[in-house]
Amino acid sequence: MGSRQGDTLLFDTPPVIAAQAAVGGKKEGEGPLAAMFDELCGDNRCGQSSWETAEKYLMLRAARLCLKKADLPQEEVSLVLAGDLQAQCTASGYAMRELGVPFAGVFGACSTMAESLAMGAALCSAGFAPNLLAAASSHFCAAERQFRTPLSYGAVRTPTAQWTATAAGCCLLRPAGEGVRIPAAAFGRVQDLGVRDINNMGAAMAPAAAATLTCFLQDTRTQPQDYDCIYTGDLGQVGSQLFRELLAAEGLVVKNHLDCGCILFDAKQQTVKSGASGPGCCAAVLCGHILPRLLRGSQKRVLFLATGALMSQTTFLQKESIPAVAHLVELRAPEQEGSQ
Amino acid sequence: MKMTAQEYARRIRKAGPPSPLGVDCLWAFCVGGGICLLGEVLRGRYLAMGAEPELAGTLVSCSLIALSAVLTTLGVYQKLAAHAGAGSLVPITGFANAVVSAAIEFKSEGYVPGTGAKMFLIAGPVIVYGTLSAVLYGGILWLVQWIGLV
Repeated sequence: MGSRQGDTLLFDTPPVIAAQAAVGGKKEGEGPLAAMFDELCGDNRCGQSSWETAEKYLMLRAARLCLKKADLPQEEVSLVLAGDLQAQCTASGYAMRELGVPFAGVFGACSTMAESLAMGAALCSAGFAPNLLAAASSHFCAAERQFRTPLSYGAVRTPTAQWTATAAGCCLLRPAGEGVRIPAAAFGRVQDLGVRDINNMGAAMAPAAAATLTCFLQDTRTQPQDYDCIYTGDLGQVGSQLFRELLAAEGLVVKNHLDCGCILFDAKQQTVKSGASGPGCCAAVLCGHILPRLLRGSQKRVLFLATGALMSQTTFLQKESIPAVAHLVELRAPEQEGSQ
Repeated sequence: MKMTAQEYARRIRKAGPPSPLGVDCLWAFCVGGGICLLGEVLRGRYLAMGAEPELAGTLVSCSLIALSAVLTTLGVYQKLAAHAGAGSLVPITGFANAVVSAAIEFKSEGYVPGTGAKMFLIAGPVIVYGTLSAVLYGGILWLVQWIGLV
């Protein structure tokens, strides 16, 4: 099983990520991380009739590719924890209609992947799930029409705005075995420092990331430099800057921080302003970039810290500030003979 | 967190890169001015073709609306607007773009509950408050005339 230290869950026998897959859209295929995707769609419709079904397709492809890589028939999946940005998490629900396996929907906005992984690790560790899938997706076009304006409406994006990734990522978790290990996880507390600007999500989410990280480091009595890298989900350029400033105010100097939203696209070339966002952003970067690095051994121990803004279009229009949450998962390279 | 909301708000203002005001204004001026110039050229043509001044004005509006609708459908207008900002938003072409983009976007939900119901999602408030303003100013004008000031 495991134990609890503060807000942090510590797993005695760390569950492992046995396989993973990342699927992306057109813009992701034109970015610096194009080669990391298992599959890329040439156009964002992915041959589907609507943007919503295209996102469902991305989620389903990620799950199927993940199972294929693990050589696991879908009948043996004990549970899927998945979520997305669409209202009522329809991309996940409709994708799981095709798979026909036990499914529990998860909503943590852009923090969904870390939330699914942390919950999945706990369930695996408790012996409830021998083969568990954790997945998250987002689609630029589906998100734009739901949260902002129609796609062909002419508007200027502010410099702090972020670009929702058209991507999905899926991980297969097992209680033990080969793969990247999850020795610890932490569910964050909702933070709100009064940000109301819907075009500055990084600023709204940075306090949540800083709070969860600070809490985790205290719980585990570790320092930022004990990790090869601290990956945040989608703070973007502006949010990352604020994240580091918030940590500095707590007396923490973090030099090994990298944001998935800053590396998925080339901000200048691809005109994405502050960077990428969306649950699919960090899910795909985790599956295509972070996990392969740990598997290769070029990194040994990292933190994956995904943030989510918990507002809706209604609360935004009612001029409420934007609360945010961040969930954290510690990832360690596979155990090798002679090493710890 | 040790940082207060006030201090954080100050940091946000510093961290967020400001909009390039000069470049944005230049874009808006050139594109907005260009659309108006196009309107003037069209008006000259319609007058030369023998249209009355009032009819020529109406024809110019219709032409610009049609042009904006076509450019929105082809995916060109929004690319221009991404730079032009108010330059492409304020002229009548911006209004046409707001209606056509919503009509295209919500077609996937059907012609009645989608396109029909959501066509004026963005443009609706302009019509509502435009009409309301017209009533208000009409009332003021009537009052001023009734008193005998004009």
